[in-house]
Amino acid sequence: MSLVARHLEANGMPTVIVGSARDIVEYCGVPRFLFTDFPLGNPCGPPGRRDLQRVIAGQALDLLGSARAPRTIKRSEVVWPSDDDWRPRYGRVKPEEIERLRKLGEERRERQAQSKKPG
Amino acid sequence: MTETVRYMERTRDYYRALGYPSDYVWAHFDDVTFARLDKPLSQARIGLVTTASPPDLGNRDASGQRRVWSEAISAAPAKLFTDNLAWDKESTHTDDRASFLPVEALQERMAEGMVGGLAERFHGVPTEYSQRKTMEIDAPQVLERLRADGADAALLSPL
Repeated sequence: MSLVARHLEANGMPTVIVGSARDIVEYCGVPRFLFTDFPLGNPCGPPGRRDLQRVIAGQALDLLGSARAPRTIKRSEVVWPSDDDWRPRYGRVKPEEIERLRKLGEERRERQAQSKKPG
Repeated sequence: MTETVRYMERTRDYYRALGYPSDYVWAHFDDVTFARLDKPLSQARIGLVTTASPPDLGNRDASGQRRVWSEAISAAPAKLFTDNLAWDKESTHTDDRASFLPVEALQERMAEGMVGGLAERFHGVPTEYSQRKTMEIDAPQVLERLRADGADAALLSPL
């Protein structure tokens, strides 16, 4: 999506990205980014929390109107409403899963090779 | 403050564990272009862009290639298809479409007068391994559609 934002801006259309993968968006480089520190999947607010979604929408609009230079990043002060710490979990490779993942990768590559065979 | 998740590192570790020999190369640019909003926010029309797919996966062509798709915000489904995307399936869910495509929240802001209006359609852009496809095919289509909608600016919310 960062690439889309860059294309729109290069053609004169201002953008704001609302997202949770801060490192990826920052690494790419975008004009305006509202960072919501939530589990990936709900960048615009926790499910069912229209009150918080409204706050975040307002922050995104504010950023759209107020940013004066590229790479303007604002961190939303809205906090994920759960004591459950999701941060250590996502995509973490656990030692006990290494063998299962290795086999999964092999199967995936085999499927890809088969699908590329003619006929 | 809690340290933010380093997604690039986690993704690299995961694909190495799967046995892929080379790491994904994320897009990186030194220069960032910047377009100013040329009218007050209270008069601006905002277009929305998501990375989700339509519920019927109607954005796939016969070969399975995913395309940019569009839908009227007045007909925005309660749920969109997100199973193919890398979101945190252990910690949350995407059953509330407004948690990643904020039509209703922006309509509230519009009613308050904070923003002039919303474009009549939202647009979906596929998340692709190929950055070239995104830059050369999908992004220009999103721009064309936003312009056709009369959008002055865009809010992009990738899952």
